[in-house]
Amino acid sequence: MSFLYEKSLSEVRSQLLAKELTVTEVVEACIKRIEETEPSIQALISVQAEEAREQARAMDAAGPDASKPLWGVPLTVKDLLCTKGTKTTCGSKILENFEPFYDAFAIAKLKEAGAILLGKANMDEFAMGSSTENSAFKATKNPWDLTKVPGGSSGGSAASVTASQVFGTLGTDTGGSIRQPASLCGCVGLKPTYGRVSRRGMVAYGSSLDQIGPMTRSVEDNARMLQVIAGHDERDSTSVDVPVDDYLAALNRKDLKGLKVGLPKEFWAEGLDGEVESACRTAVTKLQELGAELVEVELPHSSYAIATYYIIAMAEASSNLARFDGVRYGFRSEDTEDLLDIYVKSRSEGFGDEVQRRIMLGTYVLSSGYYDAYYKKAAQVRRLIREDYRKALEKCDVLVGPASPVTAWKVGEFTSDPLKMYLLDIYTISLNLAGLPGLSLPVGLGADSKMPVGLQLLGKEFDEATLYGVASLLEKNTEQLGTPAGL
Amino acid sequence: MSITPERVAQIAKLARLELDDEKQRLFAGQFEDILAYMDTLNGLDTAGTEPLYSPVEQPTPLREDKAEKRFAREDIVSNAPETDGKFFIVPKIV
Repeated sequence: MSFLYEKSLSEVRSQLLAKELTVTEVVEACIKRIEETEPSIQALISVQAEEAREQARAMDAAGPDASKPLWGVPLTVKDLLCTKGTKTTCGSKILENFEPFYDAFAIAKLKEAGAILLGKANMDEFAMGSSTENSAFKATKNPWDLTKVPGGSSGGSAASVTASQVFGTLGTDTGGSIRQPASLCGCVGLKPTYGRVSRRGMVAYGSSLDQIGPMTRSVEDNARMLQVIAGHDERDSTSVDVPVDDYLAALNRKDLKGLKVGLPKEFWAEGLDGEVESACRTAVTKLQELGAELVEVELPHSSYAIATYYIIAMAEASSNLARFDGVRYGFRSEDTEDLLDIYVKSRSEGFGDEVQRRIMLGTYVLSSGYYDAYYKKAAQVRRLIREDYRKALEKCDVLVGPASPVTAWKVGEFTSDPLKMYLLDIYTISLNLAGLPGLSLPVGLGADSKMPVGLQLLGKEFDEATLYGVASLLEKNTEQLGTPAGL
Repeated sequence: MSITPERVAQIAKLARLELDDEKQRLFAGQFEDILAYMDTLNGLDTAGTEPLYSPVEQPTPLREDKAEKRFAREDIVSNAPETDGKFFIVPKIV
């Protein structure tokens, strides 16, 4: 018999609407689960238990509302998304006490849909990192092995949903920060097309790359959440006014006949760990058995993606994080002499090492004399990378490859060598440069490590529906990972 | 390219940051590695390639130039480290 907290979002929703469960029962089950698991995984920065209880009582009193697609469902969200009246720290000391007076667009959408926000998830400071070790508050652990990282920067979100603390969560993905932790923790993570989900109220890191997306324990749950948060926002100039597909309808595929699946040769080359390759190849064979036609494709500029990404992301970060100056919000250093001293001391004491490193590299590549050599050059290569994807996706419907070259690594393994850590983002980063959607879903455990392996499906602009259709069918034909071994 | 601790201190100044000597040395070594890796882009011929700064190549949507009040003043200053209720307070600079 499964525990209440182990149910899927879709199951809980149905049972809430049928009055087989009360919202209070569901919320209490999640709070208990958080109390049990949080000491070991450290996935959350804050928990809003009392607010959730109060909301649950009011919802139970009012009765189910079938028009609200997430009615009574407890969720967590990455602490990078502004939540009215609840602290939004971005994993940083500089925003330790920041309490927004507005909700991010995606948060407002979740609330309108009847969801209950139970906690804010830990993250690498300002989303800068690949392991959730760069938070100013704590390092999150992987629910499958507490000596290993959950991935990052949405590692708190991934760990929270994998440990069944809640039924779904939101992460953000600038260079793979949804797909990589989803892969390392064994959950489903989708980075939507750039412009699909409004970025308003999301604290910006790399503005031309950042996207908000759902992380869940099943593909169907993921589709339910994207359905809620997708859509045009006239107050975000990067939000695109393209109709939102029916993602749940897309899950009804019976086979993959007529579907062309591209295998980018660069994603299956040297550097890919043997156990990851093996699990992903098995999944690809399943896609073929389900009727898909496999096509070899090339992404010739993908070896330049990491350098391109870090130049662009750091340049944008140095500009975005200039707003943290100790004047309008956030931490202010004490005993400062003048305005410049406020800026310098507040930023130096408030930002962690990785954030300082990226701000400085961003400042450097944008500085006079280096702009053309770095930033402009990277923007040109970005166009070439996007053209590679366009050409590859003319030959097929989706591309597939591993989400991460390795399974989760040991806590502290790469913290002293930032470049080595950056190189681990090799399979996720280029998609953000191109602005396309990508989904990571668990396809098994590594034969040696016994840690989750994620397969990444990459799609055409605004074609998340096809990703969900393929992923759902593959999920139904893949053995589920089961309960995380670390808990 | 050699990145010295002095050069790191200079970049920190531009970024409104201040690093102690140990961190300057640490960052100097790391920056050298990272920038050397970034220099791999120089091996690629991009002459005639238009830079791509954003994946959304739609025109910036414009709205009517009309003032509207979206937030209350007390909300705007509510997170400030120091305020008199109306304004942000900073040390006297002149």
